[in-house]
Amino acid sequence: MSEQAHAEHHPFLQHHFEDLGQQHEASTLGMWFFLTTEILFFGGVLCAYWVYRIIYPEAWAVGAEQQNTLFGGINTLVLIISSLTMALAVRNAQLGRRGGQVLMLILTGIFGCTFLAIKMIEYHAHYEEGLLPGAAWHWAKEPALVPQVQLFMSFYWSMTGLHALHMIIGVGLLLWILWRAWRGQFGPEYYGPVEVMGLYWHFVDIVWIFLFPFLYLIHGAHHHG
Amino acid sequence: MTTATLHDVRFIEPEKTRNYINHDFGVLSWLLTRDHKRIAILYLFSVTIMFMLGGFFATMMRIELLTPEGDVLTSDTYNKFFTLHGVVMVFFFLIPVIPAVLGNFILPIMLGAKDLAFPRINLLSWYVYMAAAVIGLYVIIVGGVDTGWTFYTPFSTQYSNTHVFGTTFAGFLAGFSSILTGLNFMVTIHRMRAPGLTWYRLPLFVWAMYATSIVQLLATPVLAITLVMLMFERAFGVGIFDPALGGDPVLYQHMFWFYSHPAVYIMILPAMGVASEVVAAFTRKKIFGYKFVAFSSLAIAFLGFLVWAHHLFVAGISVYSALIFAFLSYFVAVPSAIKVFNWTATLYKASVSWQTPMLYIMGFIGLFTIGGVTGLFLAALGLDVHVTDTYFVVAHFHYVMVGGVVMAYLAGIHYWWPKITGRMYPEWWARLAALLVFVGFNLTFLPQFVLGYLGMPRRYHAYAPEFQVLNVMSSAGASILAVGYALPLVYLIWSLKGSRKAGPNPWGAAGLEWATSSPPPKENFHETPVVTWDAYDYPQFLKAMGETQNV
Repeated sequence: MSEQAHAEHHPFLQHHFEDLGQQHEASTLGMWFFLTTEILFFGGVLCAYWVYRIIYPEAWAVGAEQQNTLFGGINTLVLIISSLTMALAVRNAQLGRRGGQVLMLILTGIFGCTFLAIKMIEYHAHYEEGLLPGAAWHWAKEPALVPQVQLFMSFYWSMTGLHALHMIIGVGLLLWILWRAWRGQFGPEYYGPVEVMGLYWHFVDIVWIFLFPFLYLIHGAHHHG
Repeated sequence: MTTATLHDVRFIEPEKTRNYINHDFGVLSWLLTRDHKRIAILYLFSVTIMFMLGGFFATMMRIELLTPEGDVLTSDTYNKFFTLHGVVMVFFFLIPVIPAVLGNFILPIMLGAKDLAFPRINLLSWYVYMAAAVIGLYVIIVGGVDTGWTFYTPFSTQYSNTHVFGTTFAGFLAGFSSILTGLNFMVTIHRMRAPGLTWYRLPLFVWAMYATSIVQLLATPVLAITLVMLMFERAFGVGIFDPALGGDPVLYQHMFWFYSHPAVYIMILPAMGVASEVVAAFTRKKIFGYKFVAFSSLAIAFLGFLVWAHHLFVAGISVYSALIFAFLSYFVAVPSAIKVFNWTATLYKASVSWQTPMLYIMGFIGLFTIGGVTGLFLAALGLDVHVTDTYFVVAHFHYVMVGGVVMAYLAGIHYWWPKITGRMYPEWWARLAALLVFVGFNLTFLPQFVLGYLGMPRRYHAYAPEFQVLNVMSSAGASILAVGYALPLVYLIWSLKGSRKAGPNPWGAAGLEWATSSPPPKENFHETPVVTWDAYDYPQFLKAMGETQNV
C-alpha cells in the first residue's frame, strides 16, 4: 500500500513527512533553531570581548587601529551584495527559473570566496606585523599596551576565524545546492534546501555586520596620541 | 491489566509480525539506520558502556577512600580518576541518557509520528557522540586528565600537564551531539504531531523534553565557545583567561556555569518527564494539575539560566551579585516543588500498582526532594561558604543526578522495556534491584552530607582519621549500589529470550506508544493515528481503542 502511495509523491518528499508543506516547515524551523544556537555560540565570545573592552578601552582602540578598515569595508560590501544574490537565488528557485538560480548561486559563491581571499590578505598582513598572539607576536608599537592589545587580537583572530570557518562551510553548502539547482531539482513546489541555505548565509553575513564595527571601527571612544 | 487494553489496539494489524528489529538484518542496517528506534538502541549500548566506565572510576575512588591514608592510588592518579568520573558521567552518560535513549525511542511514537523530523541528523548526533567518546577513551589510555570535570582556568590552561586539550575537545563534540538531539526534538514536537494531538494533549514527557531541548539549544553553544577559547589558550597561549596576560579566570567560571548549571536541568527535566509518565501509568489517573506540571518544566528551563553564579560564591564575585544570585536560585525551587506536590497529589487516594518502574519513581521523588532541598542550603550564601568544596556539595549533586536522574532512567527503561523489546523483564529480580539501588544509594551518599558538614574537603585521596567510619559506610553503600546496577544488566539481557512476551500494552497505560505493537513496526503505526483523548484520560483512551475493534 505504502509503496503505491509513495509512487505518487514528489520525489524529494521524505517518507516520514505527510506532505511537502510539512517537510518545508520542518526544515526552515530547524534552521531557525540552529541559528539560535549559533547566536549563543558567537554571543559567548562576544560577551567575553565586551568584558575586556570595558576593562581595557585604550587597548581596544589601539587594536582596532591596527585593522585595515578599507579591506574590512570592502568585505562588508561584498557580503551584503552576496546576501542580495542569495535572496535572488531563493526567489528564482520559487519561480522555478533554473538559469537564474544557477547564476545567482555562482555569484554568491564568488562573493563568498572574494571575502575569504581578502580576509587571507588581512591575516597575512597581521602575521607579518607580528599581530598573531603567541610565539609569533612581535608587535610593539605601544610597549605598555602589548598584553592587552594581544588580548584584543586574540578576540580578533578567534571571532573572525570562527566567522571564516562558517563562510567556508557556507561555500561548501553552496556548491551542493548549486549542483542540485543545476540538475533542476528545485521549483515552486520544492525549494526548501535553497531557502534553508539562504537563512544560513544571511546569518553568517549578519555576524560579520556585528564583527566589523566591533573589531575595526571603535577608535572614536578614545583619541590616542 | 484488563482484556480491553490487551487486545483492543487501534493502530496495529496483529497479523503483521514485522517490527523495527526484524525489518532489516546485518550490522550495516544498524550502523546506517535512520530509524529513531534503532538509533535509540545504538545510544543505549554506548551510554551503558560509558556508565560502566564512569562507574569503574567511582569504584576505584571508593576503594581508595576506605582508609584515611592515600594507599591505593597516588594523588595524581586519584585526581585523574575523579576528573574522568565526572567527565564520563556528565558529558557521556547523564546528559544524553534519557533524551537520546528513551526520548529517541518514545518521543516520535508519543507524537504519532513516523520518525523525528531529521532522521539523518539524528544518526549524525550518534556518530558525533561516538567520535567524542573515542577521543575521550584515547585520552584515558594515553594518560588521562586531572583538572576536575570543570576545567577551571588557569590550572587547565597554564599548569596542568595532562591531556586537557583532547578532553575539552571531546566535551565540545559531545555538546554538538546534544544540540543536534535537542534541535531534532524541538522541530518534531512543533511540526510532527498527529492530527488531534494539541499541545495540551501532549504527554508530560514531551513537555519535559521540549523544555530540555530549549536548554540544550541555548546553553550548550556557550559551553562550546568557552571550550574553544580554552583550547585556543591551551594551544596558542592567548590570554583570555590568563591573569598574567590581562585575562580573568573568573570569566571562565561564569561562562562555564552559564552552560553547566542549566546542564543540570538538561539532566533532571527528562527525569521529571519519566516520573510523570510512570506516576500516571501506575495510578491509572490523570496527573494532578497537568498544566502546572507542563509549564513548570518551561519555568525550570527559564530560571535555570539565571542562577549560574551561585557556583562562584567564593570565587571573588561581588557580594551584591552573590546576594542576587542566591535569591534567584531559590526561585528554581518553586517549579520543582510544584512538580513534587502534583505527583504526590496524584498518588493521593490512588490505587497504586507497585511494579518496578513505580518503585524507582517513589525513590526518585524522595531522593530528588532531598537533593533539591540541600540545593537550597547551598544557594544560601552564608551556609555555602561554610560547605564549599566539601562532601556536602558532592552528596547534594549526587542526590540530584544519581538519586534523581539515574533512578528515573531505570524507571523509564523498565517501564518502556516491554515496548522496546517486546518482552517483560522479570519482576521479582527487578524489584530486588530497585531495593538494592535505593538502599545502596542512601548508604553511599547520606554519610557524605555529614562528612561535608564536618569539613571533609572533596577531591583528596587522603583524609583525617576521624572521618573513616563515615567513609567506610559510604564505600560499603557503593558496593551495594554496584550490585543493584549490575543486576538489571544481567536480567534485562536475559529477558530478550527468556521472558514472556509483553503485548502492546502490558501496563494498561494510556498513551500513543501503547497503541502500537511491541516492538513497534518500522513506521511506528500502520496508519497515522488520530488523537481524541487528553493525556492520561483513561476512559477516552480506552474508548478510542475499543471503537476500532468494532469497526
